Amino acid sequence: MKKLLLLGDEAIAQGALDAGLSGAFGYPGTPSTEIIEYIQRNPEAIERNVHRTWSTNEKTAMEEALGMSYAGKRAIVTMKHVGLNVAADPYMNSALTGANGGIIVTVADDPSMHSSQNEQDSRFYAKFALMPAMEPANQQEAYLMPRLAFEISEKYNLPVLLRITTRLAHSRAGVDRLEVLKENKLHFPENPNQFMLLPAFARVNYKRLLSIQDDLVHESENSTFNQYFEGSDKSLVIIACGLAYNYLMENYSAGKCEYPILKIGQYPLPKKQIEKITSECDEMLILEEGMPFVEEMLKGYLGNNLRVKGRLDGSLPRDGELNPQLVRKALGMPELPSQKVPEVVVGRPPALCVGCPHIDTYKALNAALEKYGSGYVFSDIGCYTLGYLPPYNAINTCVDMGASISMAVGAADAGLFPSIAVIGDSTFGHSGMTPLLDGVISKSNVVFMILDNEITAMTGMQDSQVTGRIEDICIGIGVEKEHIRVIVPLSKNHEENVKVIKEELDYNGVSVIIPRRPCIHIFKKKKRS
Amino acid sequence: MKKDIILAGVGGQGILSIATIIGYAAIESGLNLKQAEVHGMSQRGGDVQSHLRISDKEIYSDLIPHGAADMIISVEPMEALRYKPYLSTDGWFITNTKPFVNIPNYPEMDKIMDEIESFKKHVALDADQIAKDLNAPRSMNMVVLGAASLFLDIPFEKLEEGIKFIFGRKGEKVVESNLKAMKAGRDFAEENKT
Ligand SMILES: Cc1ncc(C[n+]2csc(CCOP(=O)(O)OP(=O)(O)O)c2C)c(N)n1
Ligand code: SF4
Repeated sequence: MKKLLLLGDEAIAQGALDAGLSGAFGYPGTPSTEIIEYIQRNPEAIERNVHRTWSTNEKTAMEEALGMSYAGKRAIVTMKHVGLNVAADPYMNSALTGANGGIIVTVADDPSMHSSQNEQDSRFYAKFALMPAMEPANQQEAYLMPRLAFEISEKYNLPVLLRITTRLAHSRAGVDRLEVLKENKLHFPENPNQFMLLPAFARVNYKRLLSIQDDLVHESENSTFNQYFEGSDKSLVIIACGLAYNYLMENYSAGKCEYPILKIGQYPLPKKQIEKITSECDEMLILEEGMPFVEEMLKGYLGNNLRVKGRLDGSLPRDGELNPQLVRKALGMPELPSQKVPEVVVGRPPALCVGCPHIDTYKALNAALEKYGSGYVFSDIGCYTLGYLPPYNAINTCVDMGASISMAVGAADAGLFPSIAVIGDSTFGHSGMTPLLDGVISKSNVVFMILDNEITAMTGMQDSQVTGRIEDICIGIGVEKEHIRVIVPLSKNHEENVKVIKEELDYNGVSVIIPRRPCIHIFKKKKRS
Repeated sequence: MKKDIILAGVGGQGILSIATIIGYAAIESGLNLKQAEVHGMSQRGGDVQSHLRISDKEIYSDLIPHGAADMIISVEPMEALRYKPYLSTDGWFITNTKPFVNIPNYPEMDKIMDEIESFKKHVALDADQIAKDLNAPRSMNMVVLGAASLFLDIPFEKLEEGIKFIFGRKGEKVVESNLKAMKAGRDFAEENKT
């Protein structure tokens, strides 16, 4: 069969589909979004009616996957790294409930924060939850890992975390497919109390989780994704995790490195191989994308006799993603001759598109706030975060999804006036409804602006769960009808919009203003589908 | 055979179509390929790049190392310069000269042209103008691809097949415009390579 040319994300999707997937659950987030997008347009997935609609947030996605697993079928959950913080409660507990049908929790990390607020490393979550994890080095492994992950997940009744990072998620290469496995049939868990985490049961489940840890280490020791390559020069051994292996081999054009290499793709770390290499060599270089996870573990808190080089001793930078030249330097090889960026080159930061509805919203908001000065606008994550940049300079915070509303409530309760939140429609659905309820209950003096462009624009035009429902949601939560105001952000409505915002600033209570106009790219998306 | 190519431009200028066509042609020619793209934040009018690697051997890194690129192909002149550290000392520098000005501090064109001309091996062409003259203003990216095609070591017909493959569903006219644009770019490069 001809190779498929797939992004790392797409390879995971195809791999999961071919491994008997029944449902994909997730919330968009760079660099994970293309996994579910691929399944949404894949003819076989459509034919099989694999679940593939977006969830409201990562927590609901994780729980929906748990439900599918309870019912005996195979599910994958997808999210970006910070999404796992949102899903952390069901995720951590899923290690205790375990799985019935296989579950893969796929998390895409974004070292260097290309489009994220932080660069946390999801392997820590796997260790935290005592779950096995996998980390592909290339697109073919990204295709193969879901198959093994489902197998392990069902063998040990435990979810498996699959970690991918930006460069592999968004890089294409040829992938060979395997035969397609059948989906599971509906079936209850053998133990009817498996998903019942009352303390008495939870304690039992936790002991079981602890008792299988050695087995998981054996799985890693025997995994084809953990490979030892002999080397003639034993003065140094290299541990290369996930795609760091590629950056290492890139520096050996003949494809042969003189040092022994342990390539890691499956965790917990394979003990036998680690013991072997530590006994043979006295210096170790650890290459890993993200945080010094393996390095810290092998070094130990007090350091041991072995010299461990990596991100902690300065051989590699402590933060940011790796690349071939950083690894080259860590290997002590001379740099390739290369030139500097010419001085004339200036930055070209992303900006709101010409004609974007958020522009008119910010112009109106700025005008309404003129007499108060700046410092009163709590915002959130999405295209509208670009309103921080000049010429708008319209917002003051961006922390995590939903935090605009909660922070505005907290600040208003501290006495700040005015206290305003600016949040996108998809972000509101994700995490804005619960703090809105807090605001209503504490009768905070706040104005919440829900910027409804009828789409999840930042991550590339996914449906927004709350489209067509925002007013009803706000009424249901208890916002007074006459303080739910819809405006149309267009320059011809500027004066009128400023007036509406001012009126609601003057109202002592919870106001919701909904500037509603579709993202200008929405038509493209409609045309595509 | 190995070609490491940096593709550069501004979000929305069509560098991914260039990558797809070269990629198609490479795969059809039985070569290995890796292509790293930029998604997300950088697409809102920000700078975008793609690392395209083609080889008859195994390709390891998804990113091209500094100093290793055989070619920079750019649809925007300042963006082309941004990736200079990637270019090997005898690599080809192929760029559109028409600036895409969406920032207040865009540098003076003279300074940019001086830099472009300092490359030993370069092709600089006003691809926007060439595409306009052909009555195919939206095919500027294909003009640039055409100019680069001369140095790709991939049969030109395979690139033409690539255009038919990716634009086929948009109709015969779109395919024709793009084919014409690519040919015009190639002709320009034949006459003006330095
Ligand atoms: C927990 C978490 N999940 C996902 C993301 C990725 N993300 C950033 S912005 C955004 C969507 C924003 O959509 P919306 O609120 O509708 O604003 P728009 O971009 O359409 O203006 C998403 C999904 C994130 N940063 N954090
Ligand atoms: S993609 Fe849509 S919402 Fe985002 S900046 Fe552009 S017009 Fe605005």
